[in-house]
Amino acid sequence: MLGIVRQKMLERSSKKIRPAVSMLRSYSSAAKQMTVREALNSALHEEMSADSKVFLIGEEVGEYQGAYKITKGLLDKYGPDRVLDTPITEAGFTGIAVGAAYYGLKPVVEFMTFNFSMQAIDHIINSAAKSNYMSAGKISVPIVFRGPNGAAAGVGAQHSQCYAAWYAACPGLKVLTPYNSEDARGLLKAAIRDPDPVVFLENELLYGESFPTSDEVLDSSFCLPIGKAKIERKGKHVTIAAYSKMVGYSLQAAEILEKDGIDAEVINLRSIRPLDRSTINDSVRKTNRLVTVEEAFPQHGVGAEICACVVEESFAYLDAPVERIAGADVPMPYAANLERMALPQVGDIVRAAKRACYRSVP
Amino acid sequence: MAFCSRNSRNIIIINLLKSKVGSSRLMKLSRVCCYGTCLNSTNHCRFLPSTTTLPQLGNPDPNSHKKGHSPCSQRFQSTKSGQQFASLPNGEHSQVLDFPGGNVVFSPEMQFLSESPNVYNPCYRVLDDNGQLISNSVFVQVSEEIAVKMYSNMATLQILDTIFYEAQRQGRISFYVTTIGEEAINIASAAALTSDDVVFPQYREPGVLLWRGFTLQEFANQCFGNKADNGKGRQMPAHYGSNKHNYFTISSTIATQIPHAVGAAYSLKMDKKDACAVTYFGDGGTSEGDFHAALNFAAVTESPVIFICRNNGWAISTPTSDQFRSDGIAVRGQAYGVRSIRVDGNDALAMYSAVHTAREMAVNEHRPILIEAVTYRVGHHSTSDDSTKYRSADEIEWWRMARDPVTRFRKWIETNGWWGSEAESQLRSSIRNQLLQAIQIAERAEKPPVKDLFRDVYNNIPSHLREQEKLVRETINKHPKDYPADVPVDVAVKDDGVSVYDVDVIVHDDDLIIHVR
Repeated sequence: MLGIVRQKMLERSSKKIRPAVSMLRSYSSAAKQMTVREALNSALHEEMSADSKVFLIGEEVGEYQGAYKITKGLLDKYGPDRVLDTPITEAGFTGIAVGAAYYGLKPVVEFMTFNFSMQAIDHIINSAAKSNYMSAGKISVPIVFRGPNGAAAGVGAQHSQCYAAWYAACPGLKVLTPYNSEDARGLLKAAIRDPDPVVFLENELLYGESFPTSDEVLDSSFCLPIGKAKIERKGKHVTIAAYSKMVGYSLQAAEILEKDGIDAEVINLRSIRPLDRSTINDSVRKTNRLVTVEEAFPQHGVGAEICACVVEESFAYLDAPVERIAGADVPMPYAANLERMALPQVGDIVRAAKRACYRSVP
Repeated sequence: MAFCSRNSRNIIIINLLKSKVGSSRLMKLSRVCCYGTCLNSTNHCRFLPSTTTLPQLGNPDPNSHKKGHSPCSQRFQSTKSGQQFASLPNGEHSQVLDFPGGNVVFSPEMQFLSESPNVYNPCYRVLDDNGQLISNSVFVQVSEEIAVKMYSNMATLQILDTIFYEAQRQGRISFYVTTIGEEAINIASAAALTSDDVVFPQYREPGVLLWRGFTLQEFANQCFGNKADNGKGRQMPAHYGSNKHNYFTISSTIATQIPHAVGAAYSLKMDKKDACAVTYFGDGGTSEGDFHAALNFAAVTESPVIFICRNNGWAISTPTSDQFRSDGIAVRGQAYGVRSIRVDGNDALAMYSAVHTAREMAVNEHRPILIEAVTYRVGHHSTSDDSTKYRSADEIEWWRMARDPVTRFRKWIETNGWWGSEAESQLRSSIRNQLLQAIQIAERAEKPPVKDLFRDVYNNIPSHLREQEKLVRETINKHPKDYPADVPVDVAVKDDGVSVYDVDVIVHDDDLIIHVR
């Protein structure tokens, strides 16, 4: 499954020219392949070396080099004062990191998966997100909470939930969902530099995927703006809005749809809060049809919010009801066949796009 | 009951031969060693001479922390496999095994640590119930100036609480939390700290802010949530906060401030500041997971933080007997490797001395200290509570009158000739008048403007909130009778930038950042 995705990505990248940004510069067009893991690691290295207030805290981030090796090499380079291995207490180390941020340091808190962040969610919401407001601007919390989010492969119900909608509901937080290496680097650097608390939702299955990255992305000053989505693929018949791993699936679906004469526009949301309403609405006003894709539970999800904002702002432009693709409304089962059925697949996205284009019987 | 002291040099084993399960006889000596079961079949217990030195638990090099190594580098050493049998300095082997979790001395006796002590953890006090110095007491001397200031603040706090409580009862403010009975903890601890020490309060410590210079008017402004409130009317009454007084804004969630304080202390250590973090919480707060994680962490990271627990006997209606079964809070410090002391919280002089000493230890030795201040919550939990429903009014009255910490301290300063009845009545009437006036001013003041609803959610106000603010302002202007008359609807101020439809211009730290939408 992963192998197919990777192969498709390489094929696609060799055919298409990268978007406008890199064309304007005179960098070499031979883009370097970089995995998302390397992207995150390099971003952490650069931000830690640029600002001595940045430090890492979490379980296994130091000597173990990170549970998923994202923090590899950082303990050796920056020492135990700046890379803290903690006892097993999410509530504890999150609280401590928030306290350090209150005082003026810039912690990057790693959750082994965001499922474990639930044990610390009071500190994320009540101590971090709300503090600037409750203290009338006196207490700013320049903290980043990062870690893998959403389904992996065969890890069951308590290790597979996606928390994008939960955190994005809370004012005071910023929620980012990188997809490829460029996103990973640019958004993590932006998150660390941001004075507000940021929830940075990665994806375990994307860590090992490599993507071509231009020299501009590899530069240490590279940074992406928070709150801007990216049009990964321009199209005119239907808009597919997705985040994280589902962007890759949507791009694959777009290839399949192209053969059937449907030109899909794929939006990589990149930022769930703030949600880039204007990019989404501009796209829907162009294509008149919308499919949202997420692997999270359907109720009260990101797709519901996107649908609401499109209905509010671009109702007259919709030619079809909004199609919402999400994970099954069940705790994630373990058995491989059941897990596959509980998550959106490329075929689901293709069928939804066709329904939105009135090309198939519902 | 036995415990291990992390840096203990002298280790003595308890005489276990005659003991049965659950009842060990403690030697009078202060340091004891914990022990495990013996792997071999020898039937006698090992007695070590009192001068025996065992290597520190989990750390083969007892002096590494003094060599200037980073405290966390000890971890590198502990993961290396040690020799199977640690040798004792007198050359004897066996009965001590070098586990990664620590050196353990074995015993063929099956001995459970008792759940309750034979001797309760003693409580440090210096003044007796009549405010007279106990003979042979050890304390930190306080000058007349400081002592009088402490007393004035304690009396002020008492009057402040009484008046604001009455104001709530009259419906002038929505809510209030009193500190009656705990004035000594508040003021004496504040007096023993420096203004650089960062304070993370729970909500029953306004006295610390009072000591540091927060004015009566500022207290009133926060409670009335008016325009002059430095909290911009965002919080419930009594949720004070002040950057310039190093007092972190109160958050209602219980015990969350405890790990925050440890994080801040860690930051102070990294900055090499001559300051510590101080956090306050009640007996109930020690049940929260945050308390345990924070103490553990503070010990592991060797952070300069003082934990002050106000053990006042009640967590709303839950008495301490329903809250925990340990001998109070201070003994828990030992379990986490944190030095601790139990103090009479109603004895201002003892509190001052303990906090003063604790601060020196915290800052100079980079260690956490836990102080359990035993006291009594004379007032109700808050204005939403009527404590006569779960405790007798007689009990409350007795503590209010006979065990009042303010009276007790007054007797001491009077004995020293530093205070008299004229000074007393002058102070009380002056404070009362000032407070009543402050309340009148606060009550009549304008409420915060509409723009304060939308600011500070993020560092820079996002465009959607700016739009909402514009819409709210337009709606208020169109339908003024639907809105309260005392809400200022002034035009958006330029400090946050001006929104033009296609471009967001944001002024951030003197840099002009233009985002094109």
